[in-house]
Amino acid sequence: MPPITRITGRALPMRGNDIDTDRIIPARFLTSITFEGMEQHVFEDDRKSSAGPYNRHPFDVSQFQGARVLIVNANFGCGSSREHAPQALQRWGIQVIVGESFAEIFFGNSGIIGMPCVTAAAEDVATLMELAEREPATEFAVDLVAGTCRAGSLTVTIALPPKMLEAFTSGAWDTTGMLLDRFDDVRDTARRLPYTTAGRAV
Amino acid sequence: MIASKLKGFANQMGETLLKKVWDLHTVRQLPTGQTQLFIGLHLVHEVTSPQAFDTLRDNGWTVPFVDRTFATVDHIVPTRERARPFLDVMAEDMMASLERNVRDFGIRFVGLGDIRQGIVHVIGPELGLTQPGMTIACGDSHTSTHGAFGSVAFGIGTSQVRDVLASQCLALEPLKVRRIRVTGTLPKGVYAKDVILAIIQRLGVQGGNGYAYEYAGDAVDRMSMDERMTICNMSIEGGARVGYVNPDDTTVEYVRGRPFAPPPAEFERMATWWKSMASDVDARYDDDVEIKAADLTPIVTWGVNPGQSIGVDDTVPAPDGASDPKAITDALNYMGLTPGQPIEGMKVDVAFIGSCTNSRLSDLREAARIVKGRHVAKHVQGLVVPGSATIAKVAEEEGLADVFREAGFEWRAAGCSMCLGMNPDKLVGNQVCASSSNRNFKGRQGSPTGRTLLMSPAMVAAAAVAGEVTDVRELL
Repeated sequence: MPPITRITGRALPMRGNDIDTDRIIPARFLTSITFEGMEQHVFEDDRKSSAGPYNRHPFDVSQFQGARVLIVNANFGCGSSREHAPQALQRWGIQVIVGESFAEIFFGNSGIIGMPCVTAAAEDVATLMELAEREPATEFAVDLVAGTCRAGSLTVTIALPPKMLEAFTSGAWDTTGMLLDRFDDVRDTARRLPYTTAGRAV
Repeated sequence: MIASKLKGFANQMGETLLKKVWDLHTVRQLPTGQTQLFIGLHLVHEVTSPQAFDTLRDNGWTVPFVDRTFATVDHIVPTRERARPFLDVMAEDMMASLERNVRDFGIRFVGLGDIRQGIVHVIGPELGLTQPGMTIACGDSHTSTHGAFGSVAFGIGTSQVRDVLASQCLALEPLKVRRIRVTGTLPKGVYAKDVILAIIQRLGVQGGNGYAYEYAGDAVDRMSMDERMTICNMSIEGGARVGYVNPDDTTVEYVRGRPFAPPPAEFERMATWWKSMASDVDARYDDDVEIKAADLTPIVTWGVNPGQSIGVDDTVPAPDGASDPKAITDALNYMGLTPGQPIEGMKVDVAFIGSCTNSRLSDLREAARIVKGRHVAKHVQGLVVPGSATIAKVAEEEGLADVFREAGFEWRAAGCSMCLGMNPDKLVGNQVCASSSNRNFKGRQGSPTGRTLLMSPAMVAAAAVAGEVTDVRELL
């Protein structure tokens, strides 16, 4: 896997706590057997109903098109475990998410597809959002190695669990590869379990 | 051989069930700092698996532990017209894809027409696949349900489904444990659903982030497995990916005799091991919370997340003075509610009894008790969707299906149905649905503007007959 160290680009602020994965990608788009085209439906219902800055949903604001850095508040991605949510965001063009906090399953689903979710203090997130809304052309630079997000004259601290950070920056975030790496250990673990699922039925 | 494997687990003291199960299944520490955890049972369904199987094919990988993998179909299945091909082309394609995948990779599968088919979190326990001390994974966030048996069960995304298919393992961060003790006796008309809604209301929708929830206390000890499943099911709605109850005699007796339970000759030894996996009395917790059962009332959600709830005799909150006033204003607007309005009396258009939270036999019995001799209000569409084909059959034999039909409910076949509207069962426009499901997110039940009020199945039954939100305690 390619190392992920630094992501630069414009930012898209998506305000609100507890934004759930049903909002990010409504269930009716999950009937596809591939993730292709998922980006076309990102926040689809939300975009029809809510108004953000510029009186439009942030994902419809022309100045935010092509943004690579998504800025969010607390508990982003709660609810359903559907990976379709981070897939839709990534395929739309988002490469990193900076937020106050993330729901656990979403955090893992994003990391495993190479879209890091990094945390920042609530006041820093607020400042970043205001800047992106005020000056949408501002270039943001999220530096995983330095642990910073820089934008204009701003520099804020971002955090990621240290070993996780190492995994991204070294390119060792291919979980399947790691999990298959010492398969004898896996078989040993299976053998020492006192249970099987065979039961009496077949 | 099993006896020797069981040795060594008896004398550990001061540990939680989570720690014991975690340690037993740890393969190694990964370079990422995560734990490589072996998954004892992988449950697969049609929606979150097709891309995972494709990756296996692309890489020439097999499923090395097919004996620990089990598939069914639940999310997209129609609950009325089930003839193939489905009318929905996408759903038919998805169904065919799962059938091809289980055939190609040699995975056990119960499909439509099989008496064992049903919602994955209902049939796992029903078939005896779900057992104490296991690690379980499924590409669905409500996998926490299986924790009711004292297993550690993870909801996962599609890339993780790929990982479990290919390696039977997950790369996971360790979890802290919060014990939630529910003490005392639940008042009449207050159910397990109200207990978990109260827990989420108190600890918040993100309070469980980074935690496993251990549900304990004498009220939980007295609960049936169905009730424990309802509570564990909604752990994720409180932000906790994992929720569990320590295994006890209730657990053991539930599992005994089920198709995939250990055979009689091994059963007692396994039961002893299961109980030894329970948290030790001197186990240390990262947090400890007490909920007093006697204080609880029937709960109804008024907003757009499962934490936005009130007692049925309470009034809808105002944004002023709240910690996140914008969120409250936004939710009130979406729901069409005004601050200070009583929730009782809110008109409902649809009543849905079903979902992995509340579609089990005991749920249907309780709801049937309410509707017996009464009738669904004229303007209400009532829908009962049993959690499995087996539950449907027993309910029909018991006469429950007739009670529902006579009361004007539609009696459907098993599936996830209107919990998430991935099949033809969807709300229309901004209909209000009294629902026994688990999520009241915007658009959750299939209509982008549909509105959901979460409550217990008995409360849904009461709302159906009254045509509005009603205190079920007055009907008991």
